[in-house]
Amino acid sequence: MTIVIAYGTDQYGRAALAHGAAQAELRREDLVVVNATRGDSLVDRRYADDAEIERIKAELQTLGLSVSMRHDVVPDVADAVIEVAEQVDATLIVVGVKHRSPVGKALLGSVAQRVILDAECPVLAVKPDPLADTV
Amino acid sequence: MDLLLEGFATALTPENLMYAVIGVLLGTAVGVLPGIGPAMTVALLLPVTFSVPPTSGLILFAGIYYGGMYGGSTTSILLNTPGESSSVVTALEGNKMAKSGRAAQALATAAVGSFVAGTIGTLLIVLLAPNIADVVVKLGAPSYFAIMALALFTVTAVLGSSKIRGFIALFIGLAIGLVGTTTGQQRMTFGSPQLADGIDVVVVAVAVFAIGEALWVAAHLRSKPLDVIPVGQPWMSRDDWGRSWKPWLRGTAFGFPFGALPAGGAEVPTFLSYITERRLTKHPEEFGKGAIEGVAGPEAANNASAAGTLVPLLAIGLPTTATAAVILVAMQNYGLQPGPQFMDAQPKLVWGLLASLFIANTLLLVLNLPLAPVWAKLLQIRRPYLYAGILFFASLGAYSVNFQAFDLALLLGIGMLGLAMRRFAIPVLPLIVGVILGPRLEEQLTQALSISQGDVSTLWSEPVAVVVYIVMAILLVGSVVMSRRTTPPAPTRTEDASMDVNA
Repeated sequence: MTIVIAYGTDQYGRAALAHGAAQAELRREDLVVVNATRGDSLVDRRYADDAEIERIKAELQTLGLSVSMRHDVVPDVADAVIEVAEQVDATLIVVGVKHRSPVGKALLGSVAQRVILDAECPVLAVKPDPLADTV
Repeated sequence: MDLLLEGFATALTPENLMYAVIGVLLGTAVGVLPGIGPAMTVALLLPVTFSVPPTSGLILFAGIYYGGMYGGSTTSILLNTPGESSSVVTALEGNKMAKSGRAAQALATAAVGSFVAGTIGTLLIVLLAPNIADVVVKLGAPSYFAIMALALFTVTAVLGSSKIRGFIALFIGLAIGLVGTTTGQQRMTFGSPQLADGIDVVVVAVAVFAIGEALWVAAHLRSKPLDVIPVGQPWMSRDDWGRSWKPWLRGTAFGFPFGALPAGGAEVPTFLSYITERRLTKHPEEFGKGAIEGVAGPEAANNASAAGTLVPLLAIGLPTTATAAVILVAMQNYGLQPGPQFMDAQPKLVWGLLASLFIANTLLLVLNLPLAPVWAKLLQIRRPYLYAGILFFASLGAYSVNFQAFDLALLLGIGMLGLAMRRFAIPVLPLIVGVILGPRLEEQLTQALSISQGDVSTLWSEPVAVVVYIVMAILLVGSVVMSRRTTPPAPTRTEDASMDVNA
């Protein structure tokens, strides 16, 4: 049984990581961390560099968890997360959600929203909490 | 001097000052974004020439040109992806500096170096351009013909890595320039009335720079994001100033003459500046690991060469870089013909433009030092949105020339050509210079031959023409010998090559 974490290098991604790791420890399940980008802008701040991916993997492994990382350029980030969840037959997807202005909602899509609505397994939506931000 | 002061009076009106600010902001923004350069931006903005007065329009374009030269350094340093071909060399040391945590100093030395070089360069334009114009005005058609032929030759064969590719581009450009009925008979119009007036240079410029580039990016859309190095406020220590000021001056000395010569271009002087600094430095161990001299010199050189380019543009009407070529198109749109009489005929415009260059330079320094982190944010723009906008403005611009749907078809056709040229690494500059200079070359030739009543020897009857032909011969022999002896050492990567890096 596996838990999928949608990770981006910001406080929301780190919140997802922290809660996901906690759930995995509690439920004795494996972890898959997905960090993807559409790759259509020159710089994507939510896309981690290779060193960071290694670091996260190492830290999660020290918690005694079995971790695999998916780090890729994909056509659509939300689809990529759901696809990975289906592949590994996930029991839970963890995403970080953030407040967005009405204009922002109207103009831009939301990865978290699409994952929550489209995923077939339960989705845990988390918010950043400085105290829980362990990783 | 009085003329220059009057120029400042023109340039400092609120309206013109506003155009200068818009110009430098826009220029820096497009300089920062790889693949979008000042040439494309000026081409896209050509329709503004219909509604903005000439002085303001040219001030806007000059601001874009100077800003683009500056903005390219930001991406070179923070991203190791040169925004412009002229900042390829800056990336060598600049990115290493940024990686070792000295991004702020690298950006600062680039900004101050650009300011120093731009100011000295503009001063040299003010001193040189009127004098050159006075000399050039005495020349006859044969000498003009020779000088234009030299410009076409150097742009094609001396710059760039492959001569054959350069000539392919040049002849495509000359062929496009031939279309029409300027000589009375129809040439390459295929009997089409729409082609009888010739292909508008605006359409060609927009197609080659904007459509070609947009299609090229669309073909390579998804790429792994690059790591941008975070940066705060640029600043320099006393030691950095001490190590930077000499490279700034040397870089200026390299850049300006290269820009002013019909051979033009910023690639050669930036590279020369880099190797000079590497040889003269007191810190040879730092080169290759992020030496501040290696950023200061080339950055000064590329701005000085941008300033230098304006000398042949204003005094002779010869464009030697892509941006200068498009600015020339803008002048022609206004019905202005740059050349020896230009400075006397339009003193208000020319001196206003020169004064605005000083202002643009100062604005760049004032705006860019505090705004560096903001410029870095531009790189997060999603390219589909960016290029959709570019395509929109390109179509609008091409359509507004004649309000003919046929121009849009031409735009697409030549845009596909531009895409193919990028695909096969054929430089764009010879094409656009060919389109612009081709008809003028023909005009001078007809004039010379009609004065001499068809005697071809008139072409080498003037001393200046003979000297120019000798220079051409030396360049031809020299470049052949050089390419035989060594593989070209200069990293003459173009914008297109830099796009390959992240493709």
